[in-house]
Amino acid sequence: MPNITELNNTVTQIRRDIVRMVHANSSGHPGGSLGCTEFLTVLYFDVMNHNTNFIMDAKGEDVFFLSNGHISPVFYSVLARCGYFDVAELATFRKLNSRLQGHPTTHEGLEGIRMASGSLGQGLSNAIGAALTKKLINDDSIVYTLHGDGELQEGQCWEAFMYASAKKVDNLIATIDYNQKQIDGSLDEVLPMGNLTAKLEAFDWLVLEEKKGNNLEAIIKTLNKAKELSGKGKPVAIILHTEMGNGVDYMMGTHKWHGSAPNDDQLANALSQNSETLGDY
Amino acid sequence: MEMKDTRSGFGAGLTELGRKNPDVVALCADLTGSLKMNDFQDENPERFFQIGIAEANMIGIAAGMTIGGKIPFTGTFANFSTSRVYDQIRQSVAYSGKNVKICASHAGITLGEDGATHQVLEDIGMMKMLPHMVVINPCDYNQTKAATIAIADYVGPVYLRFGRPKVPNFTPTDQKFEIGKALHLKQGNDVTIFATGHLVWEALEAAKTLDSEGISAEVINIHTIKPLDNDAILKAVANTKCIVTAEEHMLNGGLGDSIAQLLSRKNPTPIEMVGMDDSFGESGPPMKLMEKYGIDRNAIVESAKKVITRK
Repeated sequence: MPNITELNNTVTQIRRDIVRMVHANSSGHPGGSLGCTEFLTVLYFDVMNHNTNFIMDAKGEDVFFLSNGHISPVFYSVLARCGYFDVAELATFRKLNSRLQGHPTTHEGLEGIRMASGSLGQGLSNAIGAALTKKLINDDSIVYTLHGDGELQEGQCWEAFMYASAKKVDNLIATIDYNQKQIDGSLDEVLPMGNLTAKLEAFDWLVLEEKKGNNLEAIIKTLNKAKELSGKGKPVAIILHTEMGNGVDYMMGTHKWHGSAPNDDQLANALSQNSETLGDY
Repeated sequence: MEMKDTRSGFGAGLTELGRKNPDVVALCADLTGSLKMNDFQDENPERFFQIGIAEANMIGIAAGMTIGGKIPFTGTFANFSTSRVYDQIRQSVAYSGKNVKICASHAGITLGEDGATHQVLEDIGMMKMLPHMVVINPCDYNQTKAATIAIADYVGPVYLRFGRPKVPNFTPTDQKFEIGKALHLKQGNDVTIFATGHLVWEALEAAKTLDSEGISAEVINIHTIKPLDNDAILKAVANTKCIVTAEEHMLNGGLGDSIAQLLSRKNPTPIEMVGMDDSFGESGPPMKLMEKYGIDRNAIVESAKKVITRK
């Protein structure tokens, strides 16, 4: 079992990074980033077998695709904090000539990024491709993805769900950030999802539902369960119930902070709720 | 003259690649027979991926497969290879710089009877607008086969466009395919005809007619629309001082458009363009359609005579 205190300290520092990065530009997506901080921290600091000395081809290591590219702040902070690039570079987020573009891209050569994302719905297909290549080259590593729940409104996701199970792509673990919020409001207001577990099971995926998606122990347990289930002929999905804006009280319980940046006072408030642990960038 | 379809040239090239390059993988969206990918599939079942009728997923999977060193060739009709999946190509292939070969059959109006829903005439324009995308439109079976083999050795996104009907197979079987290198097919001093794809043969026939009428026409095969062989074009224009472009594509965004951009900057020259003029196609026999829409040898002859008067 990993040291939960250390992981918690990392989470707290990443939250600080997220709100500072978004505040510095008055633009970016803090809500979803904060909601997935615990998940990505567990994935990169505990679960995945990966090499921070970045090699695009990723032979012999697990791979992660961020399909909902707008939560780039948390992705960049996690990558920097685990050693893909210097944390000082987080200060360049969304600035001119930065490798930390608004949405993640391979185009600027940022270590840790293997595919551009931002236009939604494409990451699962990308991950299936990487998983198929791993099978071809006898690499038994696992391919992980993260998707927004609203993102599943994109039809391509369902093409990919259908393909992955039909072709037994079982080295694939796809997590849905189930915060039930999107830009225009709640999922139910915009386009009700219905029973997502039943839908994914009908597409012949193994589905795990984790109600405590912001709890480190729960995430570790669920991801390890997903790993145990992989390699058995079916892809695995995790429906991860998260709280958008988690860790910053005024950003929680609303979709308002999907794509809005805090002002100076709001930043101070957010930082006061999350004390510096590993050192600010 | 032997008549062969360019899509069969693609199939033959892919089969050869399957035998000599273990990294080549092929993906198809339920058109294996139409794309002539059966031999590759039979010989390399573990490297052939039937995606089903889901082109967006196919492009996304192909992009992902490059991670780990595979060289994916996707196959479907040109319409479903481009306009249907433009955003997937833009983000997952072009912007992500992935080594995917998008192979597109049944391009243009010579798809024939299926009609305008399937006759994409905008694909070259869409693909050439993507930064760093290579765009190739070979002219016959032999050249399509050679191009298919050549693009496996080039690292980066490529759009390879070919067609459905049987057309004269006139280029040498052993001709090396060099991406971005125009091929000089016939000397001439009065006018240069730059043609691509199925229109290259039509240009050669048009040049014979022009010769018989005392007009000396030069013919150059521009199989690569991007990167364009600027040097070859400027050199030819310096001699003949007027040109005709010919393509089975919309005038807006096609080969003629690329050459006009080059010449208007470097050496303004009278140009006439043969191609589709802001119209959808329709059902009908391929060659009858080419005649109806003025995309054939007769149109090239008339355009050549006209452009010479504008020198």
